[in-house]
Amino acid sequence: MTPALLTRWLLLGEWHSHRLQSIVAVLAIMLGVALGFTIHLINTAAVTEFSTATRSLSGTSDLTVRAVRTTFDESLYPALMHHTGVAQASPVLEITAGVPAKTKTMHNPVLTILGLDVFRAAAVTPDLIGVPAEDKRMDTLADDAVFLSPAAMEWFAVKQGDSIEVSTGAKQVKLRVAGGLTRVHAGQRIAVMDIGAAQWRFDQIGRLSRIELKLQQGVDHHAFRATLDKELGPSFLLTESEDDDIRARNMSRAYRVNLNILALVALFTGAFLIFSGQVLSTIRRRSQLALLRVLGMTRRQLLRQLLLESGSLGILGSLLGLALGYLLAATALHHLGADLGAGFFPGLEPRLHPDPLAALFYFLLGTGVTIAGSLLPAWEAAHTHPAPALKSGSEYTVLAALRAPRLAAVCLLAGILFSGLPPVNDLPVFGYLAVVLLLVGSMAALPYLCGLFFSALSHALNPGRSGVLTVLAVTRLSNASGLAAVALGGILVSFSLMVAMAIMVASFRISVDDWLTRVLPADLYLHSTIHQDMRGFIRDEQQAIAGIPAVERTDFIRSIPLTLDPARPNITLLARPIDENNPGLILPLTGVALSPGDIPPDTIPIWASEAMVDLYGYQTGMRVTLPFADPAQSFIVAGIWRDYGRMFGAVQMQLSDYRNLTGDDHISDAALWLKKGAVTDTVIASLKALPFGNTLEIMETGRVRAVALKQFDRSFAVTYLLELVAIGVGLMGVAASFSAQTLTRVREFGMLRHIGFSKRQIYRMLTLEGGLLSGFGIAAGFLLGTGISLILIFIINPQSFHWSMQLHMPWTWLLLMALAVLGAAATTAFSASRRAASGNVIRAVREDW
Amino acid sequence: MSLTPVLELHKISKTYAGRQVLSGLSYRFTAGEYIAIMGESGAGKSTLLNLIAGLDSPDSGEIRIEGEVLPVEDEAATLLRRRHLGFIFQAFHVLPHLTLLQNVSLPLLLNRLPLDRAPAMLAAVGLQGREQDFPHQLSGGELQRVAVARALVHHPRLILADEPTGNLDQDTAGEILRLIRTEIKTSGASAIIVTHSHTAAETADKILKLDSYGLAPFHSAQPENRQ
Repeated sequence: MTPALLTRWLLLGEWHSHRLQSIVAVLAIMLGVALGFTIHLINTAAVTEFSTATRSLSGTSDLTVRAVRTTFDESLYPALMHHTGVAQASPVLEITAGVPAKTKTMHNPVLTILGLDVFRAAAVTPDLIGVPAEDKRMDTLADDAVFLSPAAMEWFAVKQGDSIEVSTGAKQVKLRVAGGLTRVHAGQRIAVMDIGAAQWRFDQIGRLSRIELKLQQGVDHHAFRATLDKELGPSFLLTESEDDDIRARNMSRAYRVNLNILALVALFTGAFLIFSGQVLSTIRRRSQLALLRVLGMTRRQLLRQLLLESGSLGILGSLLGLALGYLLAATALHHLGADLGAGFFPGLEPRLHPDPLAALFYFLLGTGVTIAGSLLPAWEAAHTHPAPALKSGSEYTVLAALRAPRLAAVCLLAGILFSGLPPVNDLPVFGYLAVVLLLVGSMAALPYLCGLFFSALSHALNPGRSGVLTVLAVTRLSNASGLAAVALGGILVSFSLMVAMAIMVASFRISVDDWLTRVLPADLYLHSTIHQDMRGFIRDEQQAIAGIPAVERTDFIRSIPLTLDPARPNITLLARPIDENNPGLILPLTGVALSPGDIPPDTIPIWASEAMVDLYGYQTGMRVTLPFADPAQSFIVAGIWRDYGRMFGAVQMQLSDYRNLTGDDHISDAALWLKKGAVTDTVIASLKALPFGNTLEIMETGRVRAVALKQFDRSFAVTYLLELVAIGVGLMGVAASFSAQTLTRVREFGMLRHIGFSKRQIYRMLTLEGGLLSGFGIAAGFLLGTGISLILIFIINPQSFHWSMQLHMPWTWLLLMALAVLGAAATTAFSASRRAASGNVIRAVREDW
Repeated sequence: MSLTPVLELHKISKTYAGRQVLSGLSYRFTAGEYIAIMGESGAGKSTLLNLIAGLDSPDSGEIRIEGEVLPVEDEAATLLRRRHLGFIFQAFHVLPHLTLLQNVSLPLLLNRLPLDRAPAMLAAVGLQGREQDFPHQLSGGELQRVAVARALVHHPRLILADEPTGNLDQDTAGEILRLIRTEIKTSGASAIIVTHSHTAAETADKILKLDSYGLAPFHSAQPENRQ
């Protein structure tokens, strides 16, 4: 064991003399750990809150019966109540109502209202029974009374006796606050009222959302569920609380995993910085480390000392990262919400919970990655022969270990192979592995490729014409390509990640913009404050909208959620007028759609989104069953369309077919084409003047696009942040690598000064080297980054989010980034050369500096 | 002066890249002796020092320090080197980010010895009051003084010096050679100095020449240099 004092001296000495490199390494690790920990904390808070809230709504129920549509006929309730094995059955009507008073301050404000049979609910969900005033016990059954949770009371800023106004579709409902729900989960914004009153008030007579079942003691749950499932048929679903948990986790899983991967990218960049820093540090200190070995430090002690150096940076970075991660999570939860702006968990107000196990995991990850990054150079330094290492000129042997063309070839080939493999459990595991392998393979190939390129350049140069500086710069890059590759690695990693992210985000944004142009052909869009498949615009209201004088054409759209798989989030069914001869006018089709002649006369066509292909195996021409009508109806998939709005799947069908099948003539949205010369503001004013005008959300196409793109940018806010971090870390890495590398060459500069080079010539030579090297790194980074972006665009995105996009190269942005990196690298090379070449010429040629 | 051998070389052979550098070399170094080894470039002087220091191992033969066989295994050789040997290099080799006192304390820390000898040793080599200075504040001669102090601070039995004045001007070299001899003699350690310089060699008790036949007396050192 090395004495602690010696360990401390060596550690502090190294840190003190190379503060910039130490700070950069700590920052990189800190950011990687912080981002990973932040995402974990936020998501855990959201999913926990979601699960707890869902469980509190189910109470002690063993099984929940719901339909694939949001509501079903209440005649099922008495049948289930008397079903063998059922001890208690509690019917629930769940209304997601709009809150007009909050529309100015919130986007799409909603309140969940549960209609309960208090006598039944007392046995299954006792926490949801409202507490009326002492003198108004019968309020629990009153048709105008609602009971609010503390969070809802606070949100509305009301107290017992006040009233609130909510809406569904164009209908507004005023309710009296009869009391509170004192035992519901904190932060849960819900209201409860009598089920009969809810059915009447919200036009849902005879409808239920679900029935909570409590089974008799001794009944085999599994067998009961299987039997009931068979009895109820495909229009109904049986779920338990665990199913809801899985559903909640599935909802944000792809988004979460992608963010985590981005955090790991930051960590990987940090680990690479540690690696390159440690390689350069061991080269620079080669004779010093050999001296320690000569004086009696054992290999193991030296290895431990070097690992301790990097490990302590990792520990510091990880601890700072955990603290920063907690702060970031709290800030992000406050400002962006639990889904970081992606819209998965609306209406939740999750709180951050300390998670010591996760903190330990991220701490070990940060520290482990740091130690792993320094293992190879530390091992080499500890196992090198001290006698030759004491002499100068042996530095380059260190880098021989870094030349690994075979490893490079294996990694690159495996990367290409992995990119063609399918997802694992809905996640693009092989896609991510392909990215990692391409990065590692390119890094391993770098010394070889760098040597090859500069060797060719060196041979091509004519020493007589090119000038001594160019010859020296190119020859050094050719002959010391291993050392050059270490600095180059920083540029390659950061620039390739920058390029990959820039291409991916640009491709996505432009594809979304194109898609919006295609799916929003009308001039104006109307949206009712409708939720689920409750009341929308009724016939009279539809006629009033279509009857506005300046409106030339109106397309009505019915949108309802459907549950096809209880473990997955709902899909969306959109019914609208579609030209079967040319569905591409409305739908952004991704392939050839069936023509009307290809559709058998007895089948109804539907057009499925790309997510339906990935998640449910839909294909053009395939016959599928969608159980939203009774009896369940068979359809033919007439085409596949791109949908960036609903990553969990959507199908579109003719509005007329939908109405024929369901009898539901409500609509939720309308697209209006205005007559030539019509003034949009006048039309909007006419719409607002309708009796139900104040419940309409009216948007011009331009505004819808702007809002959608704003939402896109918002959901990519974290991605942009991570991209900026990657750029920052990459540039810091370039600076640190150049600075460290130039310092290892102080002796060389001293020698050049002795033989007659001026300082200016050395500056120029180093700047030229920096420029050439960065140029090569940028070119290699561009190729690698483009390769990674192709995997992100064509493999990872479709496998994660189930949508495809077209490749768009943001050339201006790429050129700007390349110039920024080139400028940063050349500036760093120049400033490092000034530091290195401005020292004492005599001292520089000595061994100890 | 004791005649007990501090270092015994027994039939040492070493080949580098197919070239026989040392062949069956044997010699006994008496305790307390200060010996200079001279020889042509490539004669194997530095190889011999590396073998004695345990930094390299002979192809055949045996090396004993204070009667203890120098182990081939790196860990054990390191421990023996740490305890019994002190080194002075041509290129000084001081750690730039440690103070002079810390540099001199290194062998004491590695051997878990009290650190109070370090300031005294620095004072002995004429660097009193400079304990907290860093190497970049020193001249070449001063750096070599630090190296001498570090080589002797833990009372090693044998000092190995490889061209200790090779990087110094003539006046400073003479000053350092006198210091090395004085301090080695004061400490009672034995010393082997490898050098090309006759001036440096003549400060030793005995000069040996290393060639393909082995080690042989070169000529006696000047009587006025002996104590």
